[in-house]
Amino acid sequence: MKHLIPEFEKMKQRYPEGFESSLVLPCLQRIQEDRGYVAEEDIVGVMEYLHVPRIQVEEVLSYYTMLRRKPVGRFHLQACRNIACSMRGSEGILGHLVAKLGIQPGETTPDGRFTLSVVECLGSCGTAPVVMVNEAYHENMDAQKLDKLIEELR
Amino acid sequence: MPGRQLIMDFEVTPTSHTLEAYRARGGYATLEKALKSMQPADVTKEITASGLLGHGGAAFPVGRKWSVMKPGDGQPHYLCCNADEGEPGTFKDRWILEHAPHLLVESMLIASYALGVRNAFVYIRGEFDLPWRRIQGAVDEAYAAGLLGAKTFGTDFVLDIVVYRGAGSYVCGEASGLITSIEGRKPYPRNRPPRLTVKGLYQRPTVINNVETLANVTGIIRMGAEEFRKVGTAKSPGTQLVSISGHIAKPGVYEVEYGYPWVKFLDEDCGGMLNGATLKCVIPGGISTKVLTRAEIETLTLSHESVNPAGSGLGSGGMIAIAEGTCMVRLLQVLLRFYHHESCGQCTPCREGMGWMHRIIDRIVDGKGVPEDIERLYAISHANDGTTICGMGDAAGYATVGILNKYRDEFEHFITSKRSRFDGRLECLA
Repeated sequence: MKHLIPEFEKMKQRYPEGFESSLVLPCLQRIQEDRGYVAEEDIVGVMEYLHVPRIQVEEVLSYYTMLRRKPVGRFHLQACRNIACSMRGSEGILGHLVAKLGIQPGETTPDGRFTLSVVECLGSCGTAPVVMVNEAYHENMDAQKLDKLIEELR
Repeated sequence: MPGRQLIMDFEVTPTSHTLEAYRARGGYATLEKALKSMQPADVTKEITASGLLGHGGAAFPVGRKWSVMKPGDGQPHYLCCNADEGEPGTFKDRWILEHAPHLLVESMLIASYALGVRNAFVYIRGEFDLPWRRIQGAVDEAYAAGLLGAKTFGTDFVLDIVVYRGAGSYVCGEASGLITSIEGRKPYPRNRPPRLTVKGLYQRPTVINNVETLANVTGIIRMGAEEFRKVGTAKSPGTQLVSISGHIAKPGVYEVEYGYPWVKFLDEDCGGMLNGATLKCVIPGGISTKVLTRAEIETLTLSHESVNPAGSGLGSGGMIAIAEGTCMVRLLQVLLRFYHHESCGQCTPCREGMGWMHRIIDRIVDGKGVPEDIERLYAISHANDGTTICGMGDAAGYATVGILNKYRDEFEHFITSKRSRFDGRLECLA
């Protein structure tokens, strides 16, 4: 994470002085964006850079669902299954993904290309069902659109 | 559109979110007027007089929240914009963040001036990518234009705005959870008192307002409280952004003038039900508000004074239309799975209660329910009510009791015959 410190320093300028501990989450997010996950050396790096105890970094890291300590596949598919999506066919979407990729939610394909997850409300209920691929929302999904999407990503 | 428009009052184009387009619509003129011709207290007075109610779900009077802040008391004050839009069914703040980000920035500048704030935050949920790029882009444009981070319009007023991204947590939408998250810890909500306007972020007075609430500030200061009050009803001034989803023909975000007839909104503005289905019931404002049947909404209007006496509320404006033939048992299963997943685990009644309710509903859906399960769900809901630090425990109970009260027969049928009366259907029949 050392190469990111100039970026962190820039980020710090917009925060009130003396509250560096607020940067724990943004630093971890930037590290994950860079490396794909947060490694042991990053935890130590953040502790030392922000002068916060290890427990604080560990708590933040383990609490938030979007942070991870292990890499995921090249494409992370996250299917929403909350109320609006389930009313518009998310169960079928998830079943289709499981069959198509040959993996269960929480698993990664052996070639490391796809990871499948189920998530709760993504705030895109008007265009349900929604599947998130890395950071992008794919809305109004159906089996046909999914097939096309997976082909493009393969 | 259902009534007059205050926020969605311009044509959305590929560039309508930029500073240039916003300025061409008269953007930032209200900020200049406020900074140069009004005292901070005048701004707060105007907001109080407007009767603006919070749009995050609780409909708390904004002026009353702001009035607690004493700008000249010698300590730092903070403003946080709650953009952690996570109440299932709600996606209206996303519209503002994507299409009118400068309206939010201008409003936050005006609010910060009124409240004596030097540092402000926009706390946006981590999953939002385009909305984040849009609001971060608007903040960056405002810095480049000297509106942020420098003396605005040559006055002594300076403001910094940080766009803070969440990382997947429903509890961060709760005001005290949100500030705990900004402080760099896991977002456990805090006991009140002290209220956050007394001791909030970094133990200093803090105002936390929803995106839509803040977005109304610029308009109120531009037109004046009196003009603003001409829109909507006496008790619910202004408009509400309603995000409607579920079994509806035209889902999306609609700006509704308070007092607009509910059924007319569904039948005419939203194009009626999907595939010509019949409305069974509707969740008015996010899943934590109680479900209302078609018969119950028949004579209601979309206003707090009309919906609250019916035993529900407009909440966050996240409306979900549910068609006849939908299995309410399985619907409740989806809701309880969500609450269980999102309980932060700080308070025992919620941490244990959510898991317990989730296990009971799973058992019923598996055909292994017992007749006492219905009373158990009631009992756990009641045990949660008022016994947790934040409102999440209560909310799960409201949702559960709301569905049980009106559709108890579906639960009894599922338990005795071990199957759903509606084939466990959640989707609308074609």
